[in-house]
Amino acid sequence: MRYGRNGYLVGWGHKKGPGVKKGKKLSTRVDLTPMVDLGFLLITFFIFTTTMSEPTAMRLFLPKDTEKPEDQNKVKASGALSIMLGKDNQIFYYAGELLPDGSNFKSATFKEIRQVIIDKKKTTNPEDFVVVIKPGPESTYKNTVDMLDEMAINEVKRYALVDIFDQELALMAASQK
Amino acid sequence: MPKVKVPRKSTSVDMTAMCDVAFLLLSFFILTTKFKPTEALAVTTPKSVSTKPVDSKNMVIITMDKEGKAYLSIGDENTEQKDAILDLVSQWKSLNLTDVEKKSFRAAGAYIGVPFSQLKSFLQLTPDQLKNFKADGIPVTDTANNEMEVWMRAVNSAFQGEKMNLFVKGDNDAKYPSFKGIMTALKKNEIFKFSMITDPQGVPEGTDLWKTQQRTGGRSTDNE
Repeated sequence: MRYGRNGYLVGWGHKKGPGVKKGKKLSTRVDLTPMVDLGFLLITFFIFTTTMSEPTAMRLFLPKDTEKPEDQNKVKASGALSIMLGKDNQIFYYAGELLPDGSNFKSATFKEIRQVIIDKKKTTNPEDFVVVIKPGPESTYKNTVDMLDEMAINEVKRYALVDIFDQELALMAASQK
Repeated sequence: MPKVKVPRKSTSVDMTAMCDVAFLLLSFFILTTKFKPTEALAVTTPKSVSTKPVDSKNMVIITMDKEGKAYLSIGDENTEQKDAILDLVSQWKSLNLTDVEKKSFRAAGAYIGVPFSQLKSFLQLTPDQLKNFKADGIPVTDTANNEMEVWMRAVNSAFQGEKMNLFVKGDNDAKYPSFKGIMTALKKNEIFKFSMITDPQGVPEGTDLWKTQQRTGGRSTDNE
């Protein structure tokens, strides 16, 4: 080991000739482009793998099944709005009682049903107003939740999830494509 | 006229500021978010305007997948209840479950998704095998043989005296009859209160709820 002319350690057996170039003074600027690339790559990774919004919960209260029909809440037929959920996101509804010829049995989409609920709510005595939701066997869970959500959106205080009647099923099948 | 010399500028841009922004955003995302928990059951929950966050204490979750199959899972920290539930079911259905089989349900993220007849072999599966296992789900649509009812009875007695948070986490495409089957199972066990896990969504403008929120300053949308 020996020391070079400038007093620095030069290592084992390295000859230091007279014509050794001095290191060029490099600029202190560093190209940060790869660093930026890396940064954004990580950002996208974190955006995709992490969760921001916590899931929320929607409450549902089930009524107790009562054996005797007289124990059940009496619904004034005139204030009721029955909404049936069919397949492929179709909705059928009728206000009040279903007429024997099925003339008040109408169809709607999820967009239109809000207006129907609002109109019915406006024209009915709040004491009598009740929405009866009848999901059909072909309807999805999403349809049901959307409908319950619609109750929350329109502040319908009284609503019920009821089994669909055969007569309604038949009418639905007839009007479905 | 003398020529105007346009100084030739370097094309390289100073990336320092960009770099600062990138890492600032990165640290923000790292600090504010948390990793998605690995879910054994892939379910896309419907959207709703509910704003009540999910309470993860004493959780009992009934998951319903795309095909309407039902699965039961209990919160990871409720190992005592998990044991109790399996003990009861094993006793009622005389399944003779061993301690090893019971232990596999105690693991974090474990769920049950088979009829009683397959339960014993289901609990013997290793986590790797479980990944590729096509579970049949707990039968719920059959009114005569609604096994979820038995499970809920076991859950009910395991959580005796404690407040249980029951959730139904259903997939958008699940058909209604499965959901009805679950509701029937709950009703039979006198459980009338449960919550459905949903994704938050904004309230449409101009509706009654929107008006109420404007009045009250956007508080909870839960109608208790």
